[in-house]
Amino acid sequence: MMQHTSKVRTMAGLVGGATIEVADELRKRRRWGETFIQAFLFMCGAVSILTTLGIVFVLGKESLLFFSMPEVSLVEFFTSTSWHPAVGDFGIWPLVNATVMTSGFAMLVALPLGLCVAIYLSEYASERVRAVLKPILEILAGIPTVVYGYFALTFMTPLLRSIFGIETVEIYNTASAGLVMGILILPLVSSMSEDALSAVPRSLREAAYALGATKLETAIRIVVPAALSGIAAAFLLAVSRAVGETMIVAIAAGAGPAFTFNPFKAAETMTGHIVRISGGDLSYDSIDYNSIFAIGLLLFLITLGLNIISRRVVRRFREVYE
Amino acid sequence: MSTRAQSSPVPAWDSTNTSTNNLPRRHRTAKLWQLLFMLATIVAVLTLVAMLFNIINSSFGLVAIQNEVEPETLSQDGVPLEQLSKEQLVAILKDKVSKGLFRRLESEQPFADRDQANVYALVVERVIKPRIVRSWTLSESLLQRKAIEAEVSQQYPNARLEFRSWFNPNFVSSPQSSVPQLAGVRTAILGSLWTILITIVVAFPLGMGAAIYLEEYASDNFVNRIIQTNISNLAGVPSIIYGMLGLAIFVRGLEPLTSGALFGLTDPTTANGRTILSAGLTLALLILPVLIINGQEAIRAVPNSLRHASYALGATRWQTIWHHVLPSALPGILTGTILAISRAIGETAPLVVVGASTFIVFDPSSPFSKFTALPIQIYQWTVRPQLEFRNIAAAAILVLLVLLLSLNASAVILRNRFSRRL
Repeated sequence: MMQHTSKVRTMAGLVGGATIEVADELRKRRRWGETFIQAFLFMCGAVSILTTLGIVFVLGKESLLFFSMPEVSLVEFFTSTSWHPAVGDFGIWPLVNATVMTSGFAMLVALPLGLCVAIYLSEYASERVRAVLKPILEILAGIPTVVYGYFALTFMTPLLRSIFGIETVEIYNTASAGLVMGILILPLVSSMSEDALSAVPRSLREAAYALGATKLETAIRIVVPAALSGIAAAFLLAVSRAVGETMIVAIAAGAGPAFTFNPFKAAETMTGHIVRISGGDLSYDSIDYNSIFAIGLLLFLITLGLNIISRRVVRRFREVYE
Repeated sequence: MSTRAQSSPVPAWDSTNTSTNNLPRRHRTAKLWQLLFMLATIVAVLTLVAMLFNIINSSFGLVAIQNEVEPETLSQDGVPLEQLSKEQLVAILKDKVSKGLFRRLESEQPFADRDQANVYALVVERVIKPRIVRSWTLSESLLQRKAIEAEVSQQYPNARLEFRSWFNPNFVSSPQSSVPQLAGVRTAILGSLWTILITIVVAFPLGMGAAIYLEEYASDNFVNRIIQTNISNLAGVPSIIYGMLGLAIFVRGLEPLTSGALFGLTDPTTANGRTILSAGLTLALLILPVLIINGQEAIRAVPNSLRHASYALGATRWQTIWHHVLPSALPGILTGTILAISRAIGETAPLVVVGASTFIVFDPSSPFSKFTALPIQIYQWTVRPQLEFRNIAAAAILVLLVLLLSLNASAVILRNRFSRRL
């Protein structure tokens, strides 16, 4: 109660030369409720930092344990082409190779198709066609990956086998998994590329038309180069998505690490290996348990690197128009 | 006309030649490429169609069913089996099944309390034991009916051919089983719902809190920039990494909490932290970045004039947010949340890593139960070599897609409804 009656000098009072006395209840008060809420909201935001720290800590710690085991050496990990935990072979290359093969096939499908779809949607399609096509692509993007895996095993693999022969194509193979993964990633590429293409101002297109360019020439020589940074970012993100994709390869690419360049042979990817090992009976502190974290760390670093580069590309090479 | 215009695809505007003879060729190229672009789009659409066709094709179709004991041999005095009285059926059951099984059935529910239909079902299940020996897809069933009939009469002379919809009410309501025609997805659906419930309860407040903080409070300083960058990085982390985080932190590190031991639960059947709670928390971390980003976009879309008006009337920051910003951002927030949830429902990899059970027949009863989920079930049935499991995997996919479709439809309805009011 004392505070309420006390009088204070204000700045206004000093400027005026005389002291104007203002009741304390009119001054800005510290509202503890507001402060508390702000602190709570900050904690919510900080959870994301904790998640990242958790990921780095868990992957780092278990990987350290893995590499400090007597059977494992860092040099062997990065040079050997054989991964057989049973006999103590821990060379990452068979897994990385299979990941590169499936992602490569996925990119072979997703990049050209995705870019073509994006150009069609942004440059050619009428409003009505877009209103039909965009939801279809969204449905394609919303289907769970395990369904794609089912599709790869029960549709794409039989299809490949009927084209190339049952002898050449194994039941589990990286080509089938990769091709279906391409379809999975296609909506990502097409929607991001389309955003980049539609961000190019109309004036550029109209200038090209005025100079006598056809629609195609405008699209390919004016619009696509102007949107190149966005398209490149989409491609990089797509690669990162393909590398981290799990269920399709776990179902369709094969179980068992194999160092092969034949796309019609079974080979296990990094993600596929993690799923198979952790799906079985896994005891803590076994070498299997630690090894999947080492693979996970590599996977995390690869995808993180790709994501960061992708964002850099957008920021660095974006053409800014008035 | 110069040779240059003919041989190189240089467009008219940067060619020195004034002839327009290259126009037809340029138009032809343009047509060709336009066709190509359309073709790519058609390929994408066709894949979706092929995918749906493939699933529906496996969900319905002919099956050849073979009985271990023919019902005709059980009929008494010319009365067919299904019309026998309850006492006669019980006698058959007693006669044909082992004593132990009979006692177990008796102790589950005394035969005196069972009605005729119930006992008949038991006889069918335990004595006749119909088994699907072969299944065909829908397209095969429709187009090659004759050949299938011939094949069945030749290879399985005792089997009967019947049309079966693998996607049926029984499939949704019965628990998991090792026999394909009896297996259902009830356990899996309940597991999915429990998991998602926990995910929402944990992720929604956290996500909205973070979104509000970043949009309304955060000044452009070092810490807040780190948080923002970090969230977009987290959104790009593969889901399987979250599974490993969940395995190490929730399943292993916080085992006393996630197995329920902290709350005095000493049920030996709980799976050492491989519980619904662990799965729900893992999925919560997984969708958190998406939720935050969606929430931020919704809050950013609220016009500033609304905030200024509120401040001008003397409202505090939180009053402004709670009474003005959040209500107008709500449709956007809800739509984003539903989309994030439908992503979480379809996630498989993190749940496998966290340790979903491969085979449980009991419904989950608490957050500390073992769990399986719809996508897990699909995965496990898909990788089985027997073809009948492919059929039920397809039927389970249909259930999952119906679930996702209804979620997304509600998001669209929500968006349309609220956006009209605004």
